[in-house]
Amino acid sequence: MIIAKDIFKSFDETEVLRGISMEFLPGKTNLIIGKSGAGKTVFLKILVGLFEPTAGHVWYDDIDFFSLDKKQKREIRMKVGMLFQGSALFDSMTVEENVGFPLDMFTNMTQKEKLHRINEVLERVNLENANDKYPSEISGGMQKRVGIARSIVMQPRYLFCDEPNSGLDPKTALLIDELIKEITYENNITTVINTHDMNSVMEIGDNIAYLHLGQLAWTGNKNDVLESDNELLQSFIFASPFLQRLREQALGE
Amino acid sequence: MLLKTAFSRPEKFSVYWKETLRQMEDIGIGSLVIVGLISVFMGAVAAVQFAYQLDGTLVPSYYIGYIVRDLAIIESAPTITCLVLAGKVGSNMAAELGGMRQKEHIDAMEIMGVNTAAYLVLPKVVAALVVIPLLVTISAYVAIIGGYLAVVPSGAISGDDYERGLRAFFVPRNVEMMYIKSVVFAFILTTVSCFQGYYVKGGSIELGKASTNAVVYSNILILTSDYLIAALLMG
Repeated sequence: MIIAKDIFKSFDETEVLRGISMEFLPGKTNLIIGKSGAGKTVFLKILVGLFEPTAGHVWYDDIDFFSLDKKQKREIRMKVGMLFQGSALFDSMTVEENVGFPLDMFTNMTQKEKLHRINEVLERVNLENANDKYPSEISGGMQKRVGIARSIVMQPRYLFCDEPNSGLDPKTALLIDELIKEITYENNITTVINTHDMNSVMEIGDNIAYLHLGQLAWTGNKNDVLESDNELLQSFIFASPFLQRLREQALGE
Repeated sequence: MLLKTAFSRPEKFSVYWKETLRQMEDIGIGSLVIVGLISVFMGAVAAVQFAYQLDGTLVPSYYIGYIVRDLAIIESAPTITCLVLAGKVGSNMAAELGGMRQKEHIDAMEIMGVNTAAYLVLPKVVAALVVIPLLVTISAYVAIIGGYLAVVPSGAISGDDYERGLRAFFVPRNVEMMYIKSVVFAFILTTVSCFQGYYVKGGSIELGKASTNAVVYSNILILTSDYLIAALLMG
């Protein structure tokens, strides 16, 4: 479980996050949604420790992350996997080398054991036979899957995904969502997904937090979204007239 | 601060060693042609210029070999080579690290638990400290050969005289100074370039500026330390 408590973040005079408190549960897909500029990415970067909050705390289970020294933080990070918006695959490495990088760096596995583990996770993300390809030789959807494979190769307890569907066609986006959901459930991982993809919200939103202007404006799950009377949430999720009509039909209005 | 973090204990020696070898190949093999070309012309120009200057004077012609040798060892091989490497290798390092920062590669490594300052900077510094003195040695030899090719076949001086000049008034301390300079300059150009690239913020314009700054600041520091080393060791 990850708990964020009273998180504030300012850049110079600009206050980006204003007192966000939230819990992210294990074995659930926890979604952070909100308009561009709402503070989602900053909040996610604070959760993974890339930014330090101006005030507030982040607990990984019962450990206050920002009270740790660098070495202790690294130990926590060994349990963290992250999928970046642009996948962040290393261009000079093949798919196999990218996925195997954390194993090379932090384990004493033999070459055979490493290859077995790499193939296992690549198979898990349906990417067999891509080992020798470079990131520039595979599609955006495949790059995301390699990113997922790299983030789960060390069997993390916490998985963060920053806009996992950005730049993908709707069908591939659904596959990526499904994959993240399955991995979360299979391994009882605490997964935090930063998204503004409405399909993700309605398909995999076990816990949803809606941020508005740096504050937590609504929490619930995918079943609560339709019936919520939170105007900020409704204007965000059902922004288009088409979605608004679908909502009215679903509610029988 | 970056250096303090960079010079900490590697997470895994074998991974750092592999990266150091890769960097050695990039810096060494990748720079051989440009260093060779520049050095041959430096030596040739020095020989031709001195042959012209000494023509009609009472100074013996074998001094051309002596001057080309000392010029190559004391100044042109370490300083000019490192100024060129600051442009080639330094800008490349700054752009590589800056690109990694912008494409979130560095963030990805940080989240994995990698000490990015160490993994991305230390192998580059170690590789440069080993390879650049070797390149400087090659540069000195090639400059001397360049000088020979410029003045001997044209008949400005005989081969025997050139060789006599190369052997005359040899001071081993000059070679020591060449290596001291090459190590100091290698350290400057890698650390300055890595610093500029590692902390880059913004987009492609900032990346371009970081790359330019890496070259400009490296060159200024190399020339300043060139003077200081000369003043300390020869003064």
